[in-house]
Amino acid sequence: MSIRTEPITINLGPQHPSTHGVFRMRITFDGEIILDVEPIFGYLHRGSEKLAEERTYAQVITLTDRLDYVSSMSNNLAYVLSVEKLAGIQPPERAMYLRVLVAELQRIVSHLVATGFFLNDLGALATPLMYCFREREKILDLFEILCGARITLSYMRVGGIFQDAPPEFWPELRDFLGYMPGYIDEYDRLITGNEILLSRTKEVGILSAEQAVNSSISGPVLRASGVNWDLRKADPYDVYDRMDFEIPLGTVGDNYDRYLMRIAEMRQSLRIIEQCVEQIEDGPIKAEVPALVRPPIGDAYGHVEGPKGELGFYLVSDGSISPYRFKIRSPSLINLTALRDMLLGSKLADMIVTFGSMDINMGEVDR
Amino acid sequence: MTTVLAGDVIASRVENAVSGVVEEWNSRDVWVKPEAVLDVCRFLKEDSDLRFDYLVSISAVDYIEYFEMVYHLLSMTNNHSVVLKAKCWGREDLSVPSIKDLWQGADFQEREIYDLMGINFSGHPNMKRLLLWEGFPGHPQRKDYLEPPR
Repeated sequence: MSIRTEPITINLGPQHPSTHGVFRMRITFDGEIILDVEPIFGYLHRGSEKLAEERTYAQVITLTDRLDYVSSMSNNLAYVLSVEKLAGIQPPERAMYLRVLVAELQRIVSHLVATGFFLNDLGALATPLMYCFREREKILDLFEILCGARITLSYMRVGGIFQDAPPEFWPELRDFLGYMPGYIDEYDRLITGNEILLSRTKEVGILSAEQAVNSSISGPVLRASGVNWDLRKADPYDVYDRMDFEIPLGTVGDNYDRYLMRIAEMRQSLRIIEQCVEQIEDGPIKAEVPALVRPPIGDAYGHVEGPKGELGFYLVSDGSISPYRFKIRSPSLINLTALRDMLLGSKLADMIVTFGSMDINMGEVDR
Repeated sequence: MTTVLAGDVIASRVENAVSGVVEEWNSRDVWVKPEAVLDVCRFLKEDSDLRFDYLVSISAVDYIEYFEMVYHLLSMTNNHSVVLKAKCWGREDLSVPSIKDLWQGADFQEREIYDLMGINFSGHPNMKRLLLWEGFPGHPQRKDYLEPPR
């Protein structure tokens, strides 16, 4: 005898502990199996692109802080690189080293937050998250020494950085570089081989390489599917071409691979930071740039490999003091494109885990 | 480093494959007719030398007399890129062919442009607003948009 079943549609969010902001999904189930997913967002839309058209090029830096609010440094960097490309400004060496250094610190912060919340979503409530936040706190302290802020940093400027690292920054950074590898080993021991993690994440939420490329996926999610693409290697900016580091690659593209990518990338970031500390030399930290930058008429697209993927800014200048068009290529938004394909056919309980493994940030999705 | 392919090279190759669609070019960019965007993109994606397999981003810029669509394409295989542009004249009933069939990544980006700029993408199966709600008056990213009085 067969039992007649009917699809049922349920609503998840917008305010749900696992949605990392305000995100809503309308999901159709057949029993426990997902038949259809419709992501609905925009609850955090502030019109950043429109706001930027009314601000000077320097003022826009503060808007970029508020896109992906756990990786302000990377956002600052992508924006100032775009303006420098548009206006033809070359920052001095020391500024480029410091920018790479802080961008890699920020990558560690973002990956720690991603890992902590991912385990939270898996049901390991708060404990791993608190471990991850312990180290995040140390990096935020370093940022505080650099620029006085912890989250909305606005540390970078067109043509350089806001100020040189004060003398007390370097011993603190050395300390951090001393104990951080041990902490990453600790995550490995605590989490990576954990049986619950393995059984919940292996072969779940698989994203194939072809699908990832076709859906414009970028960042750790793309590399977890085995696609060797990292802008730090493929199109190096600032001083990444002088750094020796590896790009970790996944094989299957499941939730486990995406988790592993972030752990492995943190180790590579530490390598880059160490090389920055070795190679950095004294010198100026800002190019001669007028307070009101007026780039020549034209357009430019600048991008960085942010912690979540390719963050790009397409800027159009009409020769005035504010951008005529300020378009954000947001990795979180575009990575969401593949969410439906990853969820179809999987179970209700795996949905939150797969969504968590994408590591999206609603500030950047809605802008 | 990603090589930026010269505009004249791309222009002549596109013109050979899909004749009569290239409007102008300079050293970096190529302008094509808006109605030919899908055909040109298909050629750029499927050509065995060019192989633009990755859609980086789609942008729209409001220049008052016309809207400019800007497509940043990348070939991960060959590590080269190109900027494809199309001018849509006028302000009402604008339509560009959707390239979602070629690259799934165009889905949300085209919906966002429809939402904020008011450009329709013909052939897109789900042409709804992305960030704002259904029934929102106007398209706020346009230069002539005014906030309604409170």
